[in-house]
Amino acid sequence: MSSSTERTIPRMPTNRRTFLQRMAVAGVALGPGGVFLASCATSEGADEDEGEAEEEPQGEVSEDNPFGVPDGEPLEIFIFDGGFGDEYATEIHQPIFSEKWPDVQINHNAAVDIGAELQARFVAGDPPDFINNSGDGAMDTGQLASDGQLYDLTELFDAPSWDDPDTPVRDILIPGTIEIGTRDGKPQVLNYAFTVFGLWYNKTLLDENGWPVPTTWQEMMDVCADIKAFGIAPWVYQGVTAPSYMNWPLLVMAAKLAGPEILLAVDNLEEGAWGHEAIRESAAAIRSLAENDYFLPGVEGMEFRDAQGLWARGEAVFCPSGSWLENEEADAIAENPTFEMTMMPEPLLSENSVMPLETVRATAGEPYIIPADAANPRAAMEYMRAMLSVEGARGFTEAVTSLTSVAEANEGVEFEAPGLSSAQAALTAAGDNVINWLYSTWYPTMESPGIDQATATLLRADITVDEWVQQCEAAAAEIRNDDSITKQTREA
Amino acid sequence: MTALRHGKYPFILVFLLPPVGIYALYMLSPYVQAIHISMTDWSGLTATQTFIGFDNYVEMWNDDQLRTALRNNLILLVVVPVLTLLLGLFFASMLNVGGRSRGAAVAGVRGSSIYKVVYFFPQVLPHAIVAIVFAYVFAPSNAGGILNNVLEAIGLGGLTQLWLAEPKYLIWIVVLVMTWAFVGFYVVLFSAAMQSIPLDIYEAALLDGSSRLTTFRKVTLPLVWDTVQVGWVYMAIQAMDGFAIVHIMLGVNGGVQGSGDVLGVAIYRAAFAQSDFGYAAAIGVLMLVLTMTIVLLFMRILRREKVELA
Repeated sequence: MSSSTERTIPRMPTNRRTFLQRMAVAGVALGPGGVFLASCATSEGADEDEGEAEEEPQGEVSEDNPFGVPDGEPLEIFIFDGGFGDEYATEIHQPIFSEKWPDVQINHNAAVDIGAELQARFVAGDPPDFINNSGDGAMDTGQLASDGQLYDLTELFDAPSWDDPDTPVRDILIPGTIEIGTRDGKPQVLNYAFTVFGLWYNKTLLDENGWPVPTTWQEMMDVCADIKAFGIAPWVYQGVTAPSYMNWPLLVMAAKLAGPEILLAVDNLEEGAWGHEAIRESAAAIRSLAENDYFLPGVEGMEFRDAQGLWARGEAVFCPSGSWLENEEADAIAENPTFEMTMMPEPLLSENSVMPLETVRATAGEPYIIPADAANPRAAMEYMRAMLSVEGARGFTEAVTSLTSVAEANEGVEFEAPGLSSAQAALTAAGDNVINWLYSTWYPTMESPGIDQATATLLRADITVDEWVQQCEAAAAEIRNDDSITKQTREA
Repeated sequence: MTALRHGKYPFILVFLLPPVGIYALYMLSPYVQAIHISMTDWSGLTATQTFIGFDNYVEMWNDDQLRTALRNNLILLVVVPVLTLLLGLFFASMLNVGGRSRGAAVAGVRGSSIYKVVYFFPQVLPHAIVAIVFAYVFAPSNAGGILNNVLEAIGLGGLTQLWLAEPKYLIWIVVLVMTWAFVGFYVVLFSAAMQSIPLDIYEAALLDGSSRLTTFRKVTLPLVWDTVQVGWVYMAIQAMDGFAIVHIMLGVNGGVQGSGDVLGVAIYRAAFAQSDFGYAAAIGVLMLVLTMTIVLLFMRILRREKVELA
């Protein structure tokens, strides 16, 4: 090149081009090879599982050790670090467990996004032993169950309880707790916290203005008229975020009117379940709130925290929610020392209702699971048993201001929080008249976006009750007709 | 000389194989895997999955919500790049060649150095924050909605709307927010391109009595066209995304009646709300095909005679 006087620059692009072409060929050749090299997202764990028939470590079963916890094997725990934090686990439950099992080392982990941390470990067949599968990033429990990823908890519920060897665990739980964690006939989820649902009202405003607590829908409409005339909004709901919160009073009022069987039909995806006369009547009642402008102006365009915040600041009187509301709006509540919130059961649509006024919706929530592939599931079950001790449950209640599914632990507990104590009182007053539905737990996508979108439109009175029923039926039909979704059923 | 010539390919391969290998491992193999997953019913939680052929693609064809998402992505694809590039070009030319004073032939408008910084602000903010801020811009006035409060303050209370509660506005709000978030970057990009244009060309144009608009059309634009083209392709790819803004501002269901949905959010929903990674991967493949098609189309349409500066 140096001896040449000719410019060689024009040749360069050709060289470069041929070179790039060769590169491209190399890339294509490497492509499939690269795939081989790569650990595939989907299939790594499969071969592993086939090779070794997983033996879970097990110690000797005795009266004191009903699950045969192997002494000295570590226990890996993941707690969702959300509204409840994770201190209740490290400060209360783990000391109880460790006192009995000093040689079982607890590897405690807290995570905000449970799915992001653990999904890959499930795929790889190497999940931790115990998971508080909760929060925005929680893995779909139903899918985990139908994929056979969850450990059968039947043994746990049959085992003697921590405090009394003569009473099995299943008898110390509030009825319905095991049911809500049961998929395909097998209990697979322990729901530990207990939530009471109802209408939360601003007691200060009601007292100051002499407004009565409505017990029938007619009284509700009268009181709403007074409140509106006073210049504030009677009702608020969770805005664009979760209009489906309004389904709660809707379905509870319908169930009070016609009995809990209508909820059974809804859960079992029976055709026409949403078209039941009682549900229509209840939907018409809820719609009348919109027709009379009883909702906070603009609430349909608000984030739920903004809407609830305005309620807590006295801009509205009634708000549907669960017993977490007091914790959730603690900041807004703290601004005004005179503000007092109280829960009331939903009013009766008719005097000829099947269920009494005191009926409330309440359910166990906050799921804890043991993966089927867990290395030490026996110890994880023992940990659950320790959580369900009266000491463990009461400690949880005091630490995070929430009831638990352990019936005895809820008795006689004094709450400083007025809202929660009113919920506790309502639950006691309800006695056996506690209702719940499971479709929203079983089929999350039926609830949201399905029913959620239909109700959002109903709450603006943009659609008639008939149209709302049609849309709800369509949402149910979509689940019913989807073969890829494992169906659940329940009996009365 | 000859030694180098003979040893050239092994030598070059040694340097190029590792990057190509890494590219294949982390870029190509996920694509191939995604195509494979899209033909399974994988839930994303298990080690095994069933091959179901094109069932997911058939389901996609019948999915009305996916059509909404696709329509919205097409709106974003057409409107956002046009708005962003027009605004970006306009601002950049005002900052760099728009002024006509103080003796210099070519200068920015007064205060252009401040504007340069101001325009770049949105680019510094993560999309998550942009989305949260704009959720409050469009909130109802009693929940602190900035836009509605401003409208009321200037006597245009009649124009207030529950912006985020009206299905018909949602995608246009997303268009606005994306444009706002992106325009700063293109101002900087085009500014850099414009500064590399030799001043004597502008002086010549000025001597010939060319107006500002003509100068822009006949001088500036042709000379920055390459950059515009790159910007356009880049912008189109970004517009196919929109995940963060929609997910945070409108929620996982794409807002009221799902009418602000985009494909990225639909993928997320299928994967993480419905535990259907197979379907999510199928939407991902659709997005890949669309993005590739669009990039190729844009490159072809925008190809122009290249203007050499020297």
